[in-house]
Amino acid sequence: MARTGPTSTARRTLLWLAAIIIACTLAVGGGVLAGAATWAPKLGLDLEGGTQMILAPKVEGAGNITSEQLDQAVSIIRQRVDGSGVSEAEISTEGGRNVVVSLPGKPTDQERELIKASANMNFRPVIAATQAPSGAVPEAERTPEDKLPVPTAAPVNSSDTNWVDAALMKKFEATSCIPPLTERPTTSDPDKPLVSCEPDSGVKYILGPVEVPGKWIKTASYGLQAGAQGATTNEWSVQLTLQKPDGAKAFKDVTQRLNAKYQANPNDPQARFAIVLDDSVISAPSSMAVITDGQSSITGQFTEDSAKSLSDKLKFGSLPISFEIQSEIQISATLGLQQLEMGMLAGLIGLGLVVIYSLFQYRALGFVTILSLVIAGLITYLAIILLGWAENYRLSLAGVAGIIVAIGQTADSFIVYFERVRDELRDGRGLVAAVENGWARAKRTILASKAVNILASLVLYFVSVGSVKGFAFTLGLTAVADLIVVFMFTHPALQLLARTKFFGEGHAFSGLDPVQLGAVPLYRGAGRFRTPEESQEVHKGKNARAAGEAERRQTIAERRLAAKETQLVGSRGAGTAKSESRDDSEEKK
Amino acid sequence: MKSFATFGNELYTGERSYEFVGKRKIWFGIAGIAVLLSILFPLFGGGYNFGIEFRGGSQFTISQVAHTDVLIGEEAVAKAEPGTVAVVTNIASDTMQVQTDRLSDDATLKVKDALKAAYGVTEDHITSTFVGPTWGQDVSRQAIIGFFVFVLLATVLMALYFRTWRMSIAAIVGLLVVMVVTAGVYGASNFEVTPSAIIGFLTILSYSLYDTVVVFDKIRENTVDITKSTRRTFAQEVNLAVNQTLVRSINTTMVAVLPVGSILFIGALLLGAGTLRDLSLALFIGIIVSTFSTIFVAAPMYSWLREHEPELVKQAKKVQQREATETAVAL
Repeated sequence: MARTGPTSTARRTLLWLAAIIIACTLAVGGGVLAGAATWAPKLGLDLEGGTQMILAPKVEGAGNITSEQLDQAVSIIRQRVDGSGVSEAEISTEGGRNVVVSLPGKPTDQERELIKASANMNFRPVIAATQAPSGAVPEAERTPEDKLPVPTAAPVNSSDTNWVDAALMKKFEATSCIPPLTERPTTSDPDKPLVSCEPDSGVKYILGPVEVPGKWIKTASYGLQAGAQGATTNEWSVQLTLQKPDGAKAFKDVTQRLNAKYQANPNDPQARFAIVLDDSVISAPSSMAVITDGQSSITGQFTEDSAKSLSDKLKFGSLPISFEIQSEIQISATLGLQQLEMGMLAGLIGLGLVVIYSLFQYRALGFVTILSLVIAGLITYLAIILLGWAENYRLSLAGVAGIIVAIGQTADSFIVYFERVRDELRDGRGLVAAVENGWARAKRTILASKAVNILASLVLYFVSVGSVKGFAFTLGLTAVADLIVVFMFTHPALQLLARTKFFGEGHAFSGLDPVQLGAVPLYRGAGRFRTPEESQEVHKGKNARAAGEAERRQTIAERRLAAKETQLVGSRGAGTAKSESRDDSEEKK
Repeated sequence: MKSFATFGNELYTGERSYEFVGKRKIWFGIAGIAVLLSILFPLFGGGYNFGIEFRGGSQFTISQVAHTDVLIGEEAVAKAEPGTVAVVTNIASDTMQVQTDRLSDDATLKVKDALKAAYGVTEDHITSTFVGPTWGQDVSRQAIIGFFVFVLLATVLMALYFRTWRMSIAAIVGLLVVMVVTAGVYGASNFEVTPSAIIGFLTILSYSLYDTVVVFDKIRENTVDITKSTRRTFAQEVNLAVNQTLVRSINTTMVAVLPVGSILFIGALLLGAGTLRDLSLALFIGIIVSTFSTIFVAAPMYSWLREHEPELVKQAKKVQQREATETAVAL
């Protein structure tokens, strides 16, 4: 690097841009090879087809819902949807009030009910449990009809094995808790026993009737368990507080009964009580102590995450929240695809028209515009892919529209820049100087105007809902891409081109021909140049007031004419600075 | 017919000059009438035509139909759910849209099956949607909040950048004209107002101010040392700046409108009602109105707001004195 100057700086900038693009491409390529990313952008629901439900939470009795409760609601819905075997569902909150559920395909009525239902949490004692994850018992090995259990007496409490009758046993054997899962209801009679699974472990249970309903949970939290000496151990635990008097009393009764069984045999499944959410067991701890004051702590093989998740579920379980479907939109995959194709087609046609127009307007410079647009498009595309991979950003129809709209605004940066360069040429500067000066001025304008766009997209992104968000996002993204391109490609490219013979000497097709631009060389000697139009026509002088430049180039005859004009019009009062130029476009047609 | 470059040259030197500032009474008058009509039309012309997202209801879209007969759909709905009024439209070459009042889940399934049978399409080619009336309200409420937040922040941003709050005022006045007139076109033409149209509307917000900032930046450049110069008065300088950026304004408008126009064309021709069409319609109107508003309303407004400042009045006098003496010398 011997020389430093505009040329080598321009070259270096272009190299940097190439390096950035290559790095991003390699990152995406690596992601594709690793199977984490795809070359195609992730598509939103309106392009891919599927169902979008907007749910408004309803809290019994209470008025408003806190954002914390809404987050819990989202995590519960997510589990319900995941549990029902729908993959790739997207659940998010919107506007701090609503929950948006997007599912590929169509939900069954049952799934819809499940999503809407309020959390159904309760505590049931365990009657029987399998040791390991279990599927359905094979037909051949099932208990024959005559060996099925028959209750000998009415059950005395919820843990009583007399709850298990023939029908329940059949159901227990036929249920599978490992994939493929057996369809199970999500709401059941609290006064009846229940066959249930623990999704995390695959263990199968027979549970007794509900003894402590979820609404009796006051609060739950999680933290590191305090040891016997009060020092913190490094074991995570979940603290559960029950409401007094009902919750505490009921819990005391349960733990007394179960703890007796635990003292007799720590491995007795009947010493355990199951915490059941939507009829699935989320945890089934053994009762290791009698809880008299409604303050219990659950320990086990918890990590911080699993402790937090259990405490969240317990908190949520105490919340009688249900959802109302505000709107449900189904979009068929074919219609979405059709829309996308049309959008792309419109974008390409629009781009083609812009290309033709800029070639017509700027001749060879038009190619710089086209290349700049292509690079801006490439950067936008890579950004969308990378965001889809990292943030799960999905391109929606509104986003596609945002990109198409951005074509015009991106091209505007180049137009502003080229026009400034032309203005400098008109002042009689050489091309190299004109590019530098024009850029210095255009840079300010471009930055100020793009700031407005970026501000708009930020505001829209943060206050808006639904499809407006996707639109705002792409609008902001393209504005940033545009800035990168104009600073790192368009200007350096023009700096280099200005030094070529074709542009530097102002070839007629370069779009920067000083002759066509009516440049007035700063050197006003005998070689003064005039364009053919600049003949000695009379009306030339009429605009003397508005034209300092023109004024200095006027002949004396023209000046006199102008003066006569002024006398005819009469001098206007000072202060009303009225331009006295006249619109002579009629004469020029 | 001269070449466009020559046109640009003449505008740049001031040889050719359009009186954006000088004839501002005319331009303000036209803008005022347009704004008035835009407000009156929706008031007396039946108001806006709100889409289903604002009214609430059920909507079915059937694509790839064999016959685009409206009657088929109406009969199918009437049979499946007697008493339901259905509005059936052919929205694209092979796509039908059926809108009804909000149906229950069961009724929705029934109507859907009836339509499927009537038009002879498979499950893939029919979609059902129901929209609560609050959905559209949510979108527009957030949009209005966004509008105010953006205008406030943009005003501050421009005032800081241009170092004069008068430019902000002039730009916002221009913006309001754009908003009202675009809304007026919607009201007068009975185009459907959908959430997508609202998005388009918000984009015009940013486009309109964007366009104004580009022109105002040239004005700033031209008037930066105005008090030290006796070449032109403030108003003349503003006018020259608008003229000098006129080529850019024309080019930018063309380049911005071409892609939007092609979406509009494709959307209306092949796709029927939908996000793309609604969006591009608002943009198409808005971009054109924005360009006019910048050069005919915002720029003259700025000149009007400032030319009575004592310093600028003094400067204008100096300019006239110089012109008078030069004329005398020339004679």
